[in-house]
Amino acid sequence: MPIRTVMKANEAAAWAAKLAKPKVIAAFPITPSTLVPEKISEFVANGELDAEFIKVESEHSAISALVGAAAAGVRTFTATASQGLALMHEVLFIAAGMRLPIVMAIGNRSLSAPINIWNDWQDSISQRDTGWMQFYAENNQEALDLILLAYKVAEDERVLLPAMVGFDAFILTHTVEPVEIPDQEVVDEFLGEYEPKHAYVDPHRPITQGTLAFPAHYMETRYLVWEAMERAKKVIDEAFAEFEKKFGRKYQKIEEYKTEDADIIFVTMGSLAGTLKEWVDKKREEGYKVGAAKMTVYRPFPVEEIRELAKKTKVLAFIEKNISMGLYGAVFTDASAALINESEKPILLDFIAGLGGRDVTFDQLDEALSIAKKALEEGKVEKPISWIGLRKELL
Amino acid sequence: MAVRKPPVTTREYWAPGHAACAGCGCAIALRLATKAFSEAMEEKYGDPNAFAIAQATGCMEVVSAVFPYTAWKVPWVHVAFENAAAAASGIEAAWKKKGIKGKILAIGGDGGTADIGLQALSGMLERWHNVVYLMYDNEAYMNTGIQRSSSTPYGAWTTTSPPGKYSIGEDKPKKWVALIAAAHQVPYVATASIGNPFDFIKKVKKAAKVDGPAFIQVHCTCPTGWRTPLEKGVEIARLAIETGIWPLFEIEYGDIWNIKIQPPGGGAKVHKEGGRVVRIEFKKPIEEYLKLQGRFKHLFKRPEAIEELRNQIKAMWKVLGVEAILPKPEE
Repeated sequence: MPIRTVMKANEAAAWAAKLAKPKVIAAFPITPSTLVPEKISEFVANGELDAEFIKVESEHSAISALVGAAAAGVRTFTATASQGLALMHEVLFIAAGMRLPIVMAIGNRSLSAPINIWNDWQDSISQRDTGWMQFYAENNQEALDLILLAYKVAEDERVLLPAMVGFDAFILTHTVEPVEIPDQEVVDEFLGEYEPKHAYVDPHRPITQGTLAFPAHYMETRYLVWEAMERAKKVIDEAFAEFEKKFGRKYQKIEEYKTEDADIIFVTMGSLAGTLKEWVDKKREEGYKVGAAKMTVYRPFPVEEIRELAKKTKVLAFIEKNISMGLYGAVFTDASAALINESEKPILLDFIAGLGGRDVTFDQLDEALSIAKKALEEGKVEKPISWIGLRKELL
Repeated sequence: MAVRKPPVTTREYWAPGHAACAGCGCAIALRLATKAFSEAMEEKYGDPNAFAIAQATGCMEVVSAVFPYTAWKVPWVHVAFENAAAAASGIEAAWKKKGIKGKILAIGGDGGTADIGLQALSGMLERWHNVVYLMYDNEAYMNTGIQRSSSTPYGAWTTTSPPGKYSIGEDKPKKWVALIAAAHQVPYVATASIGNPFDFIKKVKKAAKVDGPAFIQVHCTCPTGWRTPLEKGVEIARLAIETGIWPLFEIEYGDIWNIKIQPPGGGAKVHKEGGRVVRIEFKKPIEEYLKLQGRFKHLFKRPEAIEELRNQIKAMWKVLGVEAILPKPEE
């Protein structure tokens, strides 16, 4: 029987790791993710989890040790955030290039400077080109579920790529919410044993991993990673379907909320989706034709789903907690690329909000709505990007 | 007729055909190290193949594993430049969980060990992983084309420490990673050299057999970066030992008071008190080592720099608890 209890997202991530039974875990404490390795230490200390827990001296070594362990053919896990994830950056490419299905939990936190421990998505969005799949959780239950799903997809032979699961710093990492812990037997059945055919360090079957590739070979290895990421789209859908059958919770790459007959649809990721849905309820009551959509999978980018969503509305607005300096937010930019050759497309808007842990309030969403409404009325937009919730008196 | 037993197994783990420069001293080190390692594994676990390698980016990595070829007859993993020790930690942990008996050999050059990889090395040592870390020390970043590292000796020319009107060449004393490793109080730390292959083989076997981490810093020549004749590598490495430039020692559990110093040979007189080496009178001047190498050529116009180097070597020996008496060339 599944256990219904309450816990923080960090604990949910640790529980997910415990259920997935990784053989090697390597982690370095960093706010807001510290509770994950602490909780895992407890599990290991009490014999509830039979894993080697390497208490590394840095995040760089955490991911490096996991590349070693995954190359040796075992299931692995780590958790980090912010500067820690940035420190891992170069090794993330290596993990993907070596086709190692490492799974990592991210307590999404801003990047310095100024140093700030609170939530935005800049840390993981900045890793979008590394070849890691990216999932974003709306709540603590999703944090647990998506980690299990990440293993399922990452270890699928059609994919064999690493994956990260992000959940918002403090808003989720340190907030207690109801969570259902699934049955170990069902998780075992869902994930199965990980026995890779391509990665092992076996004295009696010596293989060489991590070679140098000349221009004659390098490009194909990159193409194969890209192709695997394309294939992952279908594998993710299959995994979602199987998950729903086994655990009764439904996941979609893009989850829609009151989008039917909407003139304006706001798209976001992570915990902000919860706020957005409540706000949509309120606006609907006030007579506005608005809808919401939550993006659960950011890499591979849900191109088809975005196209379907775009057909349903006149204004498609993205609210995101990251910014690509010199252009727009990353989600908006990627979505625009997905729609670039569509004969008909809605007006696309980008709202930058909630950086460094600033609360995204209904008032701010109203501010976004008024900009979107103006675009809708005029049928065009001068500048697609707006920063909302800025304190003008400080600028 | 009695056949003499070869000093180390005839099995090969580092296959011929790799792309190292002619006369590469590091290739000698790796070939001997893998042979010695397999012999130790055979003696300890009854399985000569009970080991795997995690290697840092560097000369020996790029010359041995160019897709689709490999020179390695053992399981081998390369991740990046600064993390061979961390990758080895991960492989060792996976082996523990998989119940695979054996030991991991981590390999890095001086750049990947003394500089960018020092933190990962320290972590690996203090966490007590069952790994031998072999630092092949050719005293500069050779893979990128001869740039100085913290392991480059005083006075040496490199592309980033060129001698000139305001420069003597490298102007800092060499950093001894073996002593930093010893500070972690791990079971076994040693220096070795391709100039004394028998000593090197013995030390690799010792390191491979201890339970827990071990570190070996092996001096290997680089004809390309040192500007030396291709065929003189081992001879030059031997001169480094005989002139006092390269000490051979073993430190167990960080016990520097009971450091074991191997006699340098070359006519040097070793004085002991209570079993400890306290003084070594070297017979060969360091000039004999320096003069064979293009990287030190400019020093011979700067006798005060050679004197400075002599003083630095004495100071290094003093750290090891030994008074080194270094002769000057016959005036």
